[in-house]
Amino acid sequence: MAVEPEQSFLGLETRGAHAWFSAHHALANVSLKFPERTVTGLIGPSGCGKSTFIRLLNRMHEFIPGAAMAGQVLLNGKDIYAPEEDPAMVRLKIGMVFQKPNPFPAMTIRENVLAGIKLAHLQRDDHDSIVESCLTRAGLWKEVKDRLDASGGSLSGGQQQRLCIARSLAVEPEVLLMDEPCSALDPASTLRIEETIKELARKITVIIVTHNMQQASRVSDYCAFFLTDGGPGYLVEADDTRKIFTNPKDPRTADYVQGKFG
Amino acid sequence: MRVSDVLMEVPEKREMHVTYSRADRIFRRIVTAGALTSLIILGLIALFLVLRSAEVFRTFGVTYITGTEWNNAAFDPTIPVEFSIGPMLVGTIVVSLIAMVVAVPLSIGGALFIEFYAPRSIYKTLVSLLDLAAAIPSLVFGLWGIQVFTNIGIRWSNFLNDWFGWIPIFSVEFENFGRSPFIAGIVLGSMVVPITTSVAREVYSRTPRDLIDTCYALGSSKWGAIRAVVLPFGKSGVIGGAMLGLGRALGETVAVFLVLNLSFRYTYRILDSEGGNVASIIASKFGEATDFEIQALIAAGLVLFVLTLMVNMAASAIVQRSAGKVNR
Ligand SMILES: Nc1ncnc2c1ncn2[C@@H]1O[C@H](COP(=O)(O)OP(=O)(O)OP(=O)(O)O)[C@@H](O)[C@H]1O
Ligand SMILES: [Mg+2]
Repeated sequence: MAVEPEQSFLGLETRGAHAWFSAHHALANVSLKFPERTVTGLIGPSGCGKSTFIRLLNRMHEFIPGAAMAGQVLLNGKDIYAPEEDPAMVRLKIGMVFQKPNPFPAMTIRENVLAGIKLAHLQRDDHDSIVESCLTRAGLWKEVKDRLDASGGSLSGGQQQRLCIARSLAVEPEVLLMDEPCSALDPASTLRIEETIKELARKITVIIVTHNMQQASRVSDYCAFFLTDGGPGYLVEADDTRKIFTNPKDPRTADYVQGKFG
Repeated sequence: MRVSDVLMEVPEKREMHVTYSRADRIFRRIVTAGALTSLIILGLIALFLVLRSAEVFRTFGVTYITGTEWNNAAFDPTIPVEFSIGPMLVGTIVVSLIAMVVAVPLSIGGALFIEFYAPRSIYKTLVSLLDLAAAIPSLVFGLWGIQVFTNIGIRWSNFLNDWFGWIPIFSVEFENFGRSPFIAGIVLGSMVVPITTSVAREVYSRTPRDLIDTCYALGSSKWGAIRAVVLPFGKSGVIGGAMLGLGRALGETVAVFLVLNLSFRYTYRILDSEGGNVASIIASKFGEATDFEIQALIAAGLVLFVLTLMVNMAASAIVQRSAGKVNR
């Protein structure tokens, strides 16, 4: 039965989401809300399904052969898995930054930023100002403004990751998903990107997977804790970040955030 | 400390000596020996060709490369003996080019289809079939190609001549259309398609998955991702595969030998029923050649050898240039 669009909630929401890889049930019954213009941290031990969950949120999950899902993912009340939805349009609205910095190797910095506009055939004529504003929002403009025609690969790892963020911003997504975006970076670059994330949250919704508890507590407004007991991963609890770190409902959450397991 | 302090006294750059462990030393000798062996064999082949054909080049000079006569004077001693391969050399290049024009787009399309569009259920089967096909001697596809394309090729030639006859290379002297360099090129193309497709697919399959995913995450279609990421990534590998195919095409005798009317006349009309290539002249004359003629044929082999070497060098230059651009 179709769910009526619920205009009261703006942002991203999952209802009873499940994910499978062929016969392997990887994620069970996740219902979560990501209000717009907030940062939510997804935390939990390795293998509990965070990446699976985040890929479910912009329909990247279905690229894996044998992948299946159940439940709903709603963007501003509309189910992104509804038959009439075009997955490419969904991904345009819900962008993603990957763990490993991956600028397109054959493209310059400038071309990298504009890549999404070209790929999605968006009509834009102020390319120069898009390049500048996206790089500025990603906190990279000052460092690269004199070498926009250099290859994206000529930047340092942290700069490359900020370039990837700028690239995601150029298509003006409403939601940005980030799967451990700092795990390949040094502490200074990490802080730099955290500032970028907070800056981004003024305009868009950010969902970030991280193994770094300090990072989760620094950047996120809300935190969701996932766990697996060998079977499918599931959501233990989700709450205000401060609550999760100081006074969680579930003792396992307290143990995890204090580094007692995982 | 300031930068000026550190730069006060910059010492000489030091040699960096590499010392290999015992295992490394032994292994290094083995691979060096392997590499040297193949180089020596290559050198010996070249030496053999040069020695055996020196007489020919001394006698005919540049005319051997540019001339249009092949006469062993076995039947009519009044005609002067002359050997030259001009039209055959041009024919080699023309027919091979046609083969590449046919084979490369087909291979890229086929490889992209298998890798990105074929249903997952038949993907593995397709890949094994393709790799199997690439291992089959190209002669087999040549014979098939001759069966199929001698007739279809005449129709295509007709079409090309009707519509594009005003372009010199598609004009004809006689409306015959069979046994032309065009048809020989198509047959040759069908012989190299399996190997080039197989290489291209292998190269495309190695495109980093997260780059493709990134395209999708930016709202791209599959074709967009292929253009933005897969084709640039595979470029140098596909050029390499094409050169492998071209190497085969250059030396291929059978297809050209069976399809073409050998003729010693320069022509730019690829639809006319005449032509030839270096490999086919060797095949057709070797059986009843005089002693000196055999030397002339060996000289032809040397020319083919040098041509192949040049093609490979050009290819690696192209590959390096496109790789250099990426790392700019
Ligand atoms: N492509 C895949 N095919 C099959 N199973 C997969 C695939 N990707 C993940 N899984 C399985 O799904 C489960 C959840 O994996 P997932 O990658 O979502 O974990 P994660 O929480 O992101 O872990 P990590 O913190 O190590 O990144 C694991 O049991 C994993 O083995
Ligand atoms: Mg993960």
